[in-house]
Amino acid sequence: MTTVALKPATMAQALTRALRDAMTADPAVHVMGEDVGALGGVFRVTEGLAKEFGEDRVTDTPLAEAGILGTAVGMAMYGLRPVVEMQFDAFAYPAFEQLISHVARMRNRTRGAMPLPITIRVPYGGGIGGVEHHSDSSEAYYMATPGLHVVTPATVADAYGLLRAAIASDDPVVFLEPKRLYWSKDSWNPEEPQAVEPIGRAVVRRAGRSATLITYGPSLPVCLEAAEAATAEGWDLEVVDLRSLVPFDDETVAASVRRTGRAVVVHESGSYGGPGGEIAARVTERCFHHLEAPVLRVAGFDIPYPPPMLERHHLPGVDRILDAVGRLQWEAGN
Amino acid sequence: MTVMEQRGAYRPTPPPAWRPRTNPAPLLPDARPYRVLGTEAAADVDPALLRRLYAELVRGRRYNTQATALTKQGRLAVYPSSTGQEACEVAAALVLKERDWLFPSYRDTLAAVARGLDPVQALTLLRGDWHTGYDPHEHRIAPLCTPLATQLPHAVGLAHAARLKGDDVVALALVGDGGTSEGDFHEALNFAAVWQSPVVFLVQNNGFAISVPLAKQTAAPSLAHKAVGYGMPGRLVDGNDAAAVHQVLGEAVAHARAGGGPTLVEAVTYRIDAHTNADDATRYRGADEVETWRAHDPIALLEHELTERGLLDEDGVRAARDAAETMAADLRERMNQDPVLDPMDLFAHVYAEPTPQLREQEALLRAELAAEQEGAHR
Repeated sequence: MTTVALKPATMAQALTRALRDAMTADPAVHVMGEDVGALGGVFRVTEGLAKEFGEDRVTDTPLAEAGILGTAVGMAMYGLRPVVEMQFDAFAYPAFEQLISHVARMRNRTRGAMPLPITIRVPYGGGIGGVEHHSDSSEAYYMATPGLHVVTPATVADAYGLLRAAIASDDPVVFLEPKRLYWSKDSWNPEEPQAVEPIGRAVVRRAGRSATLITYGPSLPVCLEAAEAATAEGWDLEVVDLRSLVPFDDETVAASVRRTGRAVVVHESGSYGGPGGEIAARVTERCFHHLEAPVLRVAGFDIPYPPPMLERHHLPGVDRILDAVGRLQWEAGN
Repeated sequence: MTVMEQRGAYRPTPPPAWRPRTNPAPLLPDARPYRVLGTEAAADVDPALLRRLYAELVRGRRYNTQATALTKQGRLAVYPSSTGQEACEVAAALVLKERDWLFPSYRDTLAAVARGLDPVQALTLLRGDWHTGYDPHEHRIAPLCTPLATQLPHAVGLAHAARLKGDDVVALALVGDGGTSEGDFHEALNFAAVWQSPVVFLVQNNGFAISVPLAKQTAAPSLAHKAVGYGMPGRLVDGNDAAAVHQVLGEAVAHARAGGGPTLVEAVTYRIDAHTNADDATRYRGADEVETWRAHDPIALLEHELTERGLLDEDGVRAARDAAETMAADLRERMNQDPVLDPMDLFAHVYAEPTPQLREQEALLRAELAAEQEGAHR
């Protein structure tokens, strides 16, 4: 058995590597967006790519998100594989008409004749002290749009693997990058990084018997921390990282909840109309007879994203998660 | 050192980085709509082209009246007519080479038909059996686009991609006067000019965005003037003069093909019919106005020119009308047949591979259909 050296890398570095490898492997892959060229993107995810691949393949576009995505549609129609960067979650909204009316539907409206292999990278979520319009959790909008895949990595290895899979997909993929994990480090094998395929598989990050925390993206580290803290209360929590919101891995999630009998969905997005409602419904439909308690949600409040000095009150933290776990009707169960 | 301290040495200067970027003068559009028919320029036009345009206009008008009739017979869900605008529709199709791309809006099925698309396929969206009735790659015609102006950035992106690949491809995108108010119109023109993409934008200014007249849509001197702000040439043309539209679009396409970048063409025309068969135009415009435009009918203008010059006789007129009738009869017959629809197609093309969630819903519909079938046999 050969031992491969694991090196620490940040999620941002893994994303850059994924873009570089995808561009090297396939000349049809083009990167476009605001400040992705000389600057390397405001989060430096496209660092060095313009120099390596030239401005024709790594393009600083005019500052107009509908135009960026709309022209990417035309490029994809002609056989290119555009990877679009939306600078921030809330700056992606001008592109919604193109996204909803064209990107998501083109395969369908042309009976499969015109698939659009576009990857839309969107830095999302809070916790970085961003001022207004820089911290939205916009995943519910994307999830509600048929025709899109919606994925989000929570680890360095997944950042690479899911982005490679997204770019390789013949369907449009909204690739949500948790901003506050950009600088998270992990031991990673950069010699032979792998794509995570197929898109749509969740993974159990921590095995446990007492209850399941169902989460994704920026809330995964919080849930893992909560699971460690829960051991002091005698709870052995399982943590499921969804990785993909569309398609949704009912199988892995339901199998976990059937084992534990209790579930809490955790995300930064608001709870009303947020992903947690759909997930709770799916779990209940599949695991009703295994459930010891209603599926609970720990989410951001249903408020416009707060100013940075107040955001810690909004974001789901360890205590709020543990409080929810405590409400899972332990006295009624085993 | 403050300005007060260096008094005497300090001289105000212009903004350091400023320089004129583009000389606007060559970009300015024609002072009045460019015309060919009835002017000296008509003598320079190839008679064969004039005859071809005439045959296509007659066929196009008949296509419009036939499609409108099909709405009354319940064979089309809706039809946005291009009656009165046939010169624009036909010229847009004729100036393109086979490898070029056309980006039509929902009112431009005639342009697609004039490019060679089967009228039944062109009308699929409006019949309602599917959203697009043809393979866009086969005909290099993008799907008919309903959300206004959103097809324009697609045309820019496609032309940009073709240029990057070194392919000789021009994209021609169609939009109406109302569409020029949309943000995507602005963004598409801006991207096209910055990238110098081989695109031609044809605005058919037919006077109305459903009921709203142009005066409520823009304060610009003309829609063609909008080109100047983006740094591309604007052209203003009589949209009912088929020879003029053909010439101006042809020049714009040649300019794009030669690497000269995009052009914005405003064709001044008129929507003779209501917005669609479901609209009532008498609520927002007078019959007099429509009559003045009927007197400037694109077919009449061309027929007059051809007849005056001895290029068209009664036999020629009859031949054009007969050909149009044949097309209409065929269209009528085929549209009177019920399309065969498979409800399971609803799930077939949402993703390359249906998600597990869609497979569940697919199974639900299949079961419903089976129950329906069973009920029908009982």
